[in-house]
Amino acid sequence: MTPAAGRNAGALAAGLLFGTGLAISQMVNPRKILDFLDVTGDWDPSLALVMAGAVGVAMLAFRFVLKRGQPLFDGEFHLSRLTKVDLRLLVGSAIFGLGWGIGGYCPGPGIAALSTGSVEALVFVAGMALGSFLYRRLAAPRS
Amino acid sequence: MANFTPVSALIGGALIGASASLLLWLTGRIAGVSGIMHGALRERGAWRWLFLAGLIAGAGAWLWLAPPAFVARSGFPLPLVLLAGVLVGFGTAQGGGCTSGHGVCGISRLSVRSIAATLTFMVAGMISVFVFRHLLGVAS
Repeated sequence: MTPAAGRNAGALAAGLLFGTGLAISQMVNPRKILDFLDVTGDWDPSLALVMAGAVGVAMLAFRFVLKRGQPLFDGEFHLSRLTKVDLRLLVGSAIFGLGWGIGGYCPGPGIAALSTGSVEALVFVAGMALGSFLYRRLAAPRS
Repeated sequence: MANFTPVSALIGGALIGASASLLLWLTGRIAGVSGIMHGALRERGAWRWLFLAGLIAGAGAWLWLAPPAFVARSGFPLPLVLLAGVLVGFGTAQGGGCTSGHGVCGISRLSVRSIAATLTFMVAGMISVFVFRHLLGVAS
């Protein structure tokens, strides 16, 4: 297998696994997300356990993976080298959180929910693409 | 906490962690869905689109094999969904990640930026739900 084919196959396999995890944990149901964020209402802590399960596995596995000098099908690990907590990070994350709490979708579940044929998911993903475009046009640092 | 589903949450979460580990091991990439989506929209290369296609197919296959117990939301105002999408797209582009990139992968690497980002979007999300659900009375 060529490295490019390996990367493509790896990405497809990882996407399948990710989508299955989102469906099993019902994170594709926006009500479940809103019930997690609704700490003053009938709180549903499920999302915290989804994250705990994911972080638990990844924290362990990342240690072994990153001990290898490089990934199987690429020359280097593509990790962020940024370390500073700045206003851009915090304001961006706050804007994301605001939108998350309105619709009950973050990017993964929103895209995965396209599989249900939901009109909501389609509108949400179109909105995300528009938001991505607006950021590039209006707010991205000029380089 | 009538709707708490701890077992399926942990199993699903473990699969997401396994997916992130597999992607890092094979391709050296972080399984941050917003980053992959923003990249897919403006960079060349098939792997991002394949990951996103897998995301949809994996979720679809599971929901087909094991039809969910929940009833799909209906009647939620679509203009609000669009607004939510724009804010999520813009905010994740500016903040450099979302629940998966910062929340799962970044925290697993003990990145201070990701921990700060995750706390920020969690608190912002809680305030947002309080305002939209309880103050403005948007039914969801």
